[in-house]
Amino acid sequence: MDWGFFAGVAIAGLLAGVMYSLVAIGFVLIYKTSGVLNFAQGAMVLFAALTFVSLHEEGLPFWVAFAATLAAMIVLGILIEALVLRPLVNQPPITLFMATLGLSYVIEGAAQLFWGTQVHSLDLGIEDVPLPLNSILISQFDLFCAGVAGVIVAALTILFRYTRTGLAFRAAAEDQYAALNTGLKLPRIWATVWAVAGFVSLVAGLLWGARTGVQFSLSLVVLKSLPVLVLGGFDSIAGAIVGGLIIGLTETLAEVYIGPFVGGGIDQWIAYVIALFFLLVRPTGLFGQRSVERV
Amino acid sequence: MARLNPSHAAIVLFLVMALGVPFIPSNYIFDAILTPLLAISLAGLGLNLLAGYAGQVSLGSSAFMAVGAFTAYNFLLRVPGLPLLAALLLAGVVTAAFGVLFGLPSLRLKGFYLAISTLAAQFFVQWALTNFAWFSGGDTSGVITTPPLFIGPIAIDTPVKRYLLSLFVVAVLTLIATRLVAGRAGREFIAIRDNELAARVLGVKILRTKLFACAVSSFYIGVAGALWAFLYLQTVEPAGFDLDRSFEILFVIIIGGLASIRGAFLGAAFIVVLPLLLSRAGAAVFGATFDSGLVDIIEKIILGVLIIVFLRAEPAGLSALVARIKRGRGLALPTTKITGNFS
Repeated sequence: MDWGFFAGVAIAGLLAGVMYSLVAIGFVLIYKTSGVLNFAQGAMVLFAALTFVSLHEEGLPFWVAFAATLAAMIVLGILIEALVLRPLVNQPPITLFMATLGLSYVIEGAAQLFWGTQVHSLDLGIEDVPLPLNSILISQFDLFCAGVAGVIVAALTILFRYTRTGLAFRAAAEDQYAALNTGLKLPRIWATVWAVAGFVSLVAGLLWGARTGVQFSLSLVVLKSLPVLVLGGFDSIAGAIVGGLIIGLTETLAEVYIGPFVGGGIDQWIAYVIALFFLLVRPTGLFGQRSVERV
Repeated sequence: MARLNPSHAAIVLFLVMALGVPFIPSNYIFDAILTPLLAISLAGLGLNLLAGYAGQVSLGSSAFMAVGAFTAYNFLLRVPGLPLLAALLLAGVVTAAFGVLFGLPSLRLKGFYLAISTLAAQFFVQWALTNFAWFSGGDTSGVITTPPLFIGPIAIDTPVKRYLLSLFVVAVLTLIATRLVAGRAGREFIAIRDNELAARVLGVKILRTKLFACAVSSFYIGVAGALWAFLYLQTVEPAGFDLDRSFEILFVIIIGGLASIRGAFLGAAFIVVLPLLLSRAGAAVFGATFDSGLVDIIEKIILGVLIIVFLRAEPAGLSALVARIKRGRGLALPTTKITGNFS
């Protein structure tokens, strides 16, 4: 066996996993604080990337386009909370999930209606020259993505641990009724958390968009991040990162070493099967909160 | 014996649907509305047995439809002289076995963890059917035209005949389902959905009951898939059984009403007819010259908005709406929710 090649594949896999984690973090934020499994996360990634790239192509400088898109995502978050989530409060989780599915149609449609359906290329100005490390080549762009993911996780950790907003998020996640009882405004918390998830979507959208081009298929990254969530636990940011790394690693290794024997294309489902087998051992994921069975 | 009757309204409805055939002038109504409506209703009914009654949500329904369609196709291809109804039955049986296999995780996983893991079935089945030509009888085009169908000497070759065969199969299976949920099995399903621990204390065999629910549900969905492919599309192709179709089936039971036989039919009517009405309206408003891609996008937005509006207005589904109209307005009815499994 060629260990140099193996290491190269493994590192590429880990870095691909970081890209999955980026999308998964957006899910975790919303699930943690409001118990909604937000299928529209992929649509939000598409919406953010498409809005940014269209504004940028209109001639707005990078940071102005970024700020304008961020503002749009915040407005979107507030609208979603007011129009979709608040009226459906206390409905069963599956109904909320269905609502986010409807929401994903609306957001995808709106993005394409405003900005058209053509494919945009997005250049973030990061050179994608492979860095040689001994005999292994590492994509510079992937390293940059990993760095961005690290910064986001650090920022979110600070937000959750050391700010009043973060404290409110954690209170809402812990016990909604108790949070209400202490005077926290749950609608405001939810709107904020959707806005933060919008920010994460924007970053994920830019990185994915730079990699694959900004087009409709961007909204399908949601399907890549679901097994990551299952593996890491729906309510753990650390889980989203570690889950992403594990999925990216095993998926890439399986595609390279097993794929050729079964006709290829196994990356469509292998992540789900990995997550499934893993769950049979640990039913709440790696870092998921152990649900207490009431007697 | 009161339990035996699925309610007189259903019998009347069946008779109207069977005897009303000569009064419907257009083949379009059979081919584009009624036949797919029946297949989707049956799939919704199958999913409702598992998700609505037994509380185990699946996002992989269309994979099971695909298994049913391809099973029927392969049996008809490889066993000369096999009667069509036997092929449909075998489609159900094979899909049921498959459902039990993918139902095994439900013994360990709950709620969304289970729902997401059913996506494994969705993607795996689609991949396997596309990647291995054996399933398509060596046909690599991706789209297989179904062989001519016969019931005994009668050729099933017109829209009306295809519709009547669907109606017959769906009516028989619906009758069996009403008996099933009214009996011991249905109560055991509900017991597990509402409180697994209490069900176990009461002597419900959790393992056996969950797998039974998976098997019955998959049987229905498999037969529905065979009906969909053979009587509606008249082609068998993996691409038609994608994730969107799975979500469509889930929409059917959420919009129709969980844990309700009637809900599957009401939901299917909503899901099948709404896009047709939207595209008609789109064509009427914008005219044929208009960019059809744009009309598709607008339709998608309207569909999404309608789903959200509908969930807001009637979270317990059309079936609760019908029940409320029946009993006079203003009466608060207990709503059916999937409880206990989401924490």
